[in-house]
Amino acid sequence: MSDIGLPASVEALRRVREDPHRLGHHAHGAREPVTGAGHGATGPAQKRIIVGYGFWIFLLSDIVVFSCFFAAFAVQRGETAGGPSMAEIVDVRRVVFETAALLLSSYTCMLSFASTNARSRLWTEVFLLVTGLLGLVFVLLEVQEFVELAGRGITPQRSGMLTAFFGLVGLHGLHVTAGGLWLATMMAQVLIKGFRREIVHRLICFNLFWHALDIVWIGIFTIVYLMGSIA
Amino acid sequence: MFGKLSLSAIPLSQPIPLITSGVVILIVIGVLSLVTIKGWWPYLWREWITSVDHKRIGVMYCLLGVLMLIRGFADAIMMRTQQAMAINAPGYLPPEHYDQIFTAHGTIMILFGAMPLVLGFMNFLVPLQLGVRDVAFPTFNSVGFWLTASGALLVNLSLFIGEFARTGWLPYPPLSEATYTPGVGVDYYLWAVQISGVGTLITGINVVTTVLKMRCRGMSYLRMPVFCWTALASCLLIVAAFPVLTATLAMLTLDRYVGWHYFTNTAGGNPMMFVNLVWAWGHPEVYILVLPAFGIYSEIFSTFSGKPLFGYRSMVVATMFICVVSMMVWLHHFFTMGAGAAVNTFFGISSSIIAVGTGVKIYNWIFTMYGGRVRFETPMLWSMGFIFTFIIGGLTGVLLAVPPADFLTHNSMFLVAHFHNVIIGGVVFAIFAGLEFWFPKAFGFRLHEGWGKAAFWFAFIGFWVTFTPLYVLGLLGMTRRLQHINVPEWRPWLYVSVIGVGILILGVITQVMQLVVSIRDRERLRDVTGDPWDGRSLEWATPSPPPFFNFAVMPNVEGEEAYWGIKLRAVESQQLSPEPQYEPIEMPVNSPVGFYTAFFASVFGFSMIWHIWWLAAVALVAAFAGFVGFAWRDVHEFEVPAEEVARVDRARRAAREALLERLSRQEALP
Repeated sequence: MSDIGLPASVEALRRVREDPHRLGHHAHGAREPVTGAGHGATGPAQKRIIVGYGFWIFLLSDIVVFSCFFAAFAVQRGETAGGPSMAEIVDVRRVVFETAALLLSSYTCMLSFASTNARSRLWTEVFLLVTGLLGLVFVLLEVQEFVELAGRGITPQRSGMLTAFFGLVGLHGLHVTAGGLWLATMMAQVLIKGFRREIVHRLICFNLFWHALDIVWIGIFTIVYLMGSIA
Repeated sequence: MFGKLSLSAIPLSQPIPLITSGVVILIVIGVLSLVTIKGWWPYLWREWITSVDHKRIGVMYCLLGVLMLIRGFADAIMMRTQQAMAINAPGYLPPEHYDQIFTAHGTIMILFGAMPLVLGFMNFLVPLQLGVRDVAFPTFNSVGFWLTASGALLVNLSLFIGEFARTGWLPYPPLSEATYTPGVGVDYYLWAVQISGVGTLITGINVVTTVLKMRCRGMSYLRMPVFCWTALASCLLIVAAFPVLTATLAMLTLDRYVGWHYFTNTAGGNPMMFVNLVWAWGHPEVYILVLPAFGIYSEIFSTFSGKPLFGYRSMVVATMFICVVSMMVWLHHFFTMGAGAAVNTFFGISSSIIAVGTGVKIYNWIFTMYGGRVRFETPMLWSMGFIFTFIIGGLTGVLLAVPPADFLTHNSMFLVAHFHNVIIGGVVFAIFAGLEFWFPKAFGFRLHEGWGKAAFWFAFIGFWVTFTPLYVLGLLGMTRRLQHINVPEWRPWLYVSVIGVGILILGVITQVMQLVVSIRDRERLRDVTGDPWDGRSLEWATPSPPPFFNFAVMPNVEGEEAYWGIKLRAVESQQLSPEPQYEPIEMPVNSPVGFYTAFFASVFGFSMIWHIWWLAAVALVAAFAGFVGFAWRDVHEFEVPAEEVARVDRARRAAREALLERLSRQEALP
């Protein structure tokens, strides 16, 4: 298929003649595009880039899901239907602990990936374990919050506002739980299979996922809990 | 034990679904026993069901889509005949059945007919046109297809077991809430669409990543065929919009199953929030369908005019323009919500502006034909029919985009005529044009020309006879979805519309005949060259059908219209490029994980619909276990030896030599 074509100089001249303003040819400035990154005309990217890139696209779509639940919360936060308001259900102290656990878990998650890059199986496992435990603390605190609220008769069935609150926070909690399952699987895979190419790729994706959940949580912490406690 | 499921779920008292079910079950049993008797299972399992080859998956998507188009067309026949019979008379469909039919018609045609076909084209074509060997994530691709099939299965299951939704193809609350629709119909809708939506999202991610990260050497963005651009735009919309559908349906599911208050009309729920959210998906969805259709037309117009596409760059800009603006027009579906003049004005203007991008495209296609050597083959007929039909559909769309006019035509038959005008004229015509055009690439032989042209004319005329009366009826004040009609003055128009349906039936029959006749005459229609239409993009550089690795050696693209350039050089120099050095190729191994996942997704969906909680839990655990098991495999790829690659490619080169010789002889003629 690699047919011999025009020499590059002739081709370049032809292009200038057909496209004097060189529209669309300055995407990378004066720098040459990097081979293997999938840029410009350099051919397919390496597998690692493709996997990470695809997972980023997935994360974007997941963030769109969250944005819908955020939008629902924004629409319904005043719809208490005579029930409790946000200010009455927020326990800022617990949420601060939750936030601390989750942010710290993001840090240890990053440390686990640093260990992966150093190809240290022991430290990868240790930091993944710490990440998972911090995630578990987060989820347990959230479950405790929900159970306590339910004990006071504050359930999603009570009002539109509570539906939106439990929906948004619960969706995030569900993501953390699923992330925990994934994390456990990855620990087993690292233990048994070591740092094979595809295992490292999965670890990259897992890291992206975990950090994305952190970013979403910052939004929930601010918009739902902090702004809710003020209102 | 079985939740809400009992023998009473089978519609024994309703003859129409019962007989249909019986016939469908007989056909399915017949096909399955034929496959068993002939011993085709191992072949099907190995080569199709577990295949991760993007071409095979594309073909299976198209097959699913065509079957569902026929199913949806059967619903359409029933609706048109019911309305013609029910003028001050009961007709033959009771309201509760009629409502299921129009719901199923919309759901099936858009989500399980048009979508699989469009996704099928993207799967089949994008890697071939980009000069690469597969999509970015071949195994996930298979998962995506099987999840879509799982959704289609659930929708069709509702015919035999239980009922389908009676809410319209977008289940607006509060009607779709458990209070007002307690049956399983809406639940069938929710789980079927949810499961297939995940499949669609997977394809979207796959194609975006493939286009942005996996083009062959030299294939810069502005050298990609327009179809790849439209596939990219469409899949960007999938990634941005389908999660909205997922979220919205999840909220409705929570309302229905556990009594939450997202969309209820009590306790602070907000039904209009559903309408906003669902159209924030629904309008981009229209462009998810029609942008790849525009891509198909672009390929066909330039090929059959023997010219490069006119205004390639403006085409790219118009595509991306439509991609972005289509996210900002959703409110035009409910101007009557009462959002106020300012909001309605914004959305009226943004909706009208889309017509600018589309207009650019229409002019480009017309100018592509201008001065070209136009060949009136079947794909070209569909494309030219499209220009005429789509312009009318677009003009009525601009009318509907004007809020004051929309207040009069909202939810009327005028609207029904408009969206059929753009979806049939835009998407369905493109699908048939594309099937004619790429069929030889996929199967190695052309479709019969005479039958194809007859099918086009029946469909084209049938379309206009069916839908022009609906425009008139809409302006006369007829609203959509009427099971019973008490205005006798509408009778003539309804009758004309039924005549149109009759012509369309002839179109479907000729279309099927075309396939049958072509399979019978396949030796005569064989495409030995791999380039039956004098094509311009890289898929025509492969033999028909292409080998599973697509390209023996990765192409190196040196300009727009990659294959056209290669072909011209070969004709000029009277020889092919020198034989390359063949190297072994790594290809992904087959995997049953897609089929496995979809199987448990179907079981999960079915048990959620019928409230069989234990089975749902079992299915979820099994699906998770399957995924972990899949993640445990060690062999991901296998190697195709260099000799095998060389053997396949030398056969291709021999065919090309013959083509080249024939071309030179033709050129030598006076």
